[in-house]
Amino acid sequence: MIFLTRRATFSASHYYWNEAWSAEKNEQVFGRCANLNGHGHNYTLEVTVAGEPDPVTGFVVDLKWLKGVMEREVLSVYDHRHLNLEVEEFKAGGLIPTTENIAIAAWKRLEAKVNEAGSAKLSRVRVYETPEIFAEFRGEA
Amino acid sequence: MKAYFGRRYTLSASHRLHTDALTDEENAAAYGKCNNPHGHGHNYGIEVLVGGAVDRETGMVMNLVDLDQVVRQQVLARFDHRNLNLDAAFQGQVPTTENFCRVLFSLLKNALGAGELEHVRVEETENNFFECSAE
Repeated sequence: MIFLTRRATFSASHYYWNEAWSAEKNEQVFGRCANLNGHGHNYTLEVTVAGEPDPVTGFVVDLKWLKGVMEREVLSVYDHRHLNLEVEEFKAGGLIPTTENIAIAAWKRLEAKVNEAGSAKLSRVRVYETPEIFAEFRGEA
Repeated sequence: MKAYFGRRYTLSASHRLHTDALTDEENAAAYGKCNNPHGHGHNYGIEVLVGGAVDRETGMVMNLVDLDQVVRQQVLARFDHRNLNLDAAFQGQVPTTENFCRVLFSLLKNALGAGELEHVRVEETENNFFECSAE
């Protein structure tokens, strides 16, 4: 089994806020991330697929194809957007756009498209919010 | 739903690779430049990965403020700008980065509680790193 990873970057703004809580509690738990005017990051998305190299091409998947899937399914939706206001899964009443939830949401956007190629399975999605902070999802329940 | 949260830290420390179980010549052969009697230092990169269910209310596996506090107390306060050979953890084992990684995993595992710590990666330089997980 070979694990192949492709990296891409996107820039987006967000804030953390739980509607069910008071303003004080939001500020206590989320700190500076609770500023309702939002703030932004340069995110790095790492997508890892697992499979066996094709006997003819030597590829697990064609990296150009994977780049296209990442661009269509994730970057075109997240890049240069305000996640809380413009991205369906993070709009009011939805998920808080923490790095963990972005990794899970990106996985859900990618899984069917990556797996339908047949040659490899989505194995891991890692999202870096900064070079020092990241989250990953491996499709576990 | 289980996800993982990772955080990177850096610390600077010195060490010398040397064991009393070998002769001076054998130490020099085994450890090369790392056996220099006066030691040498590194900027270590420490990656800590915790796993767990994403809390429905916060969207988090673990609040980074809490993780930072544990790492600061258990790791940075103890090892940053220190000589690893003089630490209690290395009285009886050589402070290779393999052993350092195991020490950090064990300290953090105990401080974070059962089941949370997925792995610790220690980067000694940009070109070599070591990982320790629960296995």
